[in-house]
Amino acid sequence: MNKNNLILYIGILTFGIAAPFLFPAFKVQLSILCVLIILATTWNIQGGEMGYNSFGNILFYGLGMYLCASVQVGMFFPLAEWTESGGEKTFVHTPAQFFQGMAVGLIVAAVVPTIIAGLIGYSILGLRGHYFAICTLGLGVAAGEISGGIEIIGAGQGFTTPPFPNVGSLESRGEFFYFLSFFVLILTFIAVRGIYTTRFKLILNAIRDNEDKAEAMGIQTMKYKIVGWMISAFFCGLAGGIMGGLVGYIDSTDVAFDGREMGVFMVLMAILGGKGTLWGPIIGATVFHIFKEGFWTFFLGWQYVALGVLIVVIVIYFPEGIMGWLREKYPERFGEVVDEKDRKAQVELK
Amino acid sequence: MDFLVFQYPMITVQACLDGILLGILFALIAYGMALQWGVMNIINIAQGDLVILGGYIAYFMYLYGIHPAWGVIVSPIIMYFVGIAIYKLVINKVVDRDLFISILATFGISILFMQLMNFAFGADVVLANSHYGTTMLFDNNVVLPNSKIFSAFISILFAICLVIYMKKSKLGRAIRATAQNARAAKILGVDTEKVYAATFGINAALCGVAGALISITFTIHPYMGLPYTIRSFMIVIIAGLGNLPGVAMSGMGLGVFEEFADYILGTEFRIGSVFLLLVLILVYRRFKLSRKREYLK
Repeated sequence: MNKNNLILYIGILTFGIAAPFLFPAFKVQLSILCVLIILATTWNIQGGEMGYNSFGNILFYGLGMYLCASVQVGMFFPLAEWTESGGEKTFVHTPAQFFQGMAVGLIVAAVVPTIIAGLIGYSILGLRGHYFAICTLGLGVAAGEISGGIEIIGAGQGFTTPPFPNVGSLESRGEFFYFLSFFVLILTFIAVRGIYTTRFKLILNAIRDNEDKAEAMGIQTMKYKIVGWMISAFFCGLAGGIMGGLVGYIDSTDVAFDGREMGVFMVLMAILGGKGTLWGPIIGATVFHIFKEGFWTFFLGWQYVALGVLIVVIVIYFPEGIMGWLREKYPERFGEVVDEKDRKAQVELK
Repeated sequence: MDFLVFQYPMITVQACLDGILLGILFALIAYGMALQWGVMNIINIAQGDLVILGGYIAYFMYLYGIHPAWGVIVSPIIMYFVGIAIYKLVINKVVDRDLFISILATFGISILFMQLMNFAFGADVVLANSHYGTTMLFDNNVVLPNSKIFSAFISILFAICLVIYMKKSKLGRAIRATAQNARAAKILGVDTEKVYAATFGINAALCGVAGALISITFTIHPYMGLPYTIRSFMIVIIAGLGNLPGVAMSGMGLGVFEEFADYILGTEFRIGSVFLLLVLILVYRRFKLSRKREYLK
């Protein structure tokens, strides 16, 4: 780690800690931004680095959401009665119960999707290219439709997550969720950054570039693919758990397994920032979130139209993303050696 | 859970007949998908939304007092031009790119269409009533709406017309040549750009026919597109590209499966079971192929 990087990290960390006090009105938005960055970064592990473009990470996100909330309620109260009452204040969590439930819930929300990813990974990851994409799309939608028919988690009417207990000031709810998501974001970043310095990342890249050759070189590709997907699932589940508490209400197709919104967002953010880079998804998610919130506020009702147009435009005109564009423009910054003559020749050609 | 199916055998007959009539419609949509997949190598996620849009055209004719059955003729004509417009605006920029790019781009179109239809036509579930009455079979135990029989008949008619057109006409020959080898076709003087546009247009027109029929027999809703896409994708991967009898058979099979899923699991799991079936089929094929050290291409 050189000096410039250190300054950058410290700067971001300071900003992250100070942000909720600098912009108290945007606490919820900042927490959502953290969750979006987590989702984009972890999508990038298997979407960008491994070349397995999945629409199905929403499955783990939604699972994490339902699991975290169910554990949080189920640890202290009967779950069926809770969902039946539809969030009536018959059962109230004490602060200790709430935080205890949240902690256990988040652990479950992270571990169970990881296990599920490991179990289904062997069958699903044998598919390649667009078959994988469509199959995971099917998985995500099927999960949404099926969870919408299960009574104990609220079926069609939704699931109200436990309300935040009255501790301290009114602001504490926003602060709690912001720092929780920011903490998880830092964890994710450290983990992903660590992974990207190891041989593991090189193997993922080899799988992306040519899987058959990677296999011929003696790499057990399936093993690495499953591990890559499990890492994604772990953080997606965590993000889902946090988001469930943050939103306060879980609906099967509109919040949890929202393939039309969150499922596409994570793909889009990673592509917008630049697939297969560490910083790309982070930049992409930030730009996307700012753009989205601005648009959502000023053109309410037209957001999905804008989203559709945005997807088409990004995919057609910026398939390399912001990082790809920067890389083309300033190759030296990315550690590529460029011959001065070569560059001049290219300029002349243009 | 409801096991009426096993107690009353007539329900089995009813489900089978309903499923087959429904499946013929699915097969028509899937045929369009197979066509553009084979020719342009594009998987169109917006396929289902084109179907729904076609349905709304018929529904509007019904609202203005024209019999919705005429939608079968009007809607493909309008949809043909919609298809050409989509091709010119978006698809021709993603045709020779990575497949994932085209999937994502058409996903964007799908979201766009969904929402525009939601604005234009409202979020209500609608149907165009054709007043065709019903047919009773087997001592009035099996009820078949005539509109379903009509729609199956029209679908078969359109499919046959299209097959003949593909075999005999000049454009059909050009389309088949491009599907075999786009580069060779280009060398031999086929304007592949035009062929692609026409293919996409024909696909959209087929969706229009299917949509008009769906609005007569079932219901339409702006957000119901994606299941139709998934169904047609599933039918195509079961049957394989360019296997028309296979498309028809697997379409009917899927229709029957859905009717039974509806009776046995309940209506709320109907769409879910379709998507789950897709996953299961893909996984099954993957294991079958991996025994030969191959994978789905």
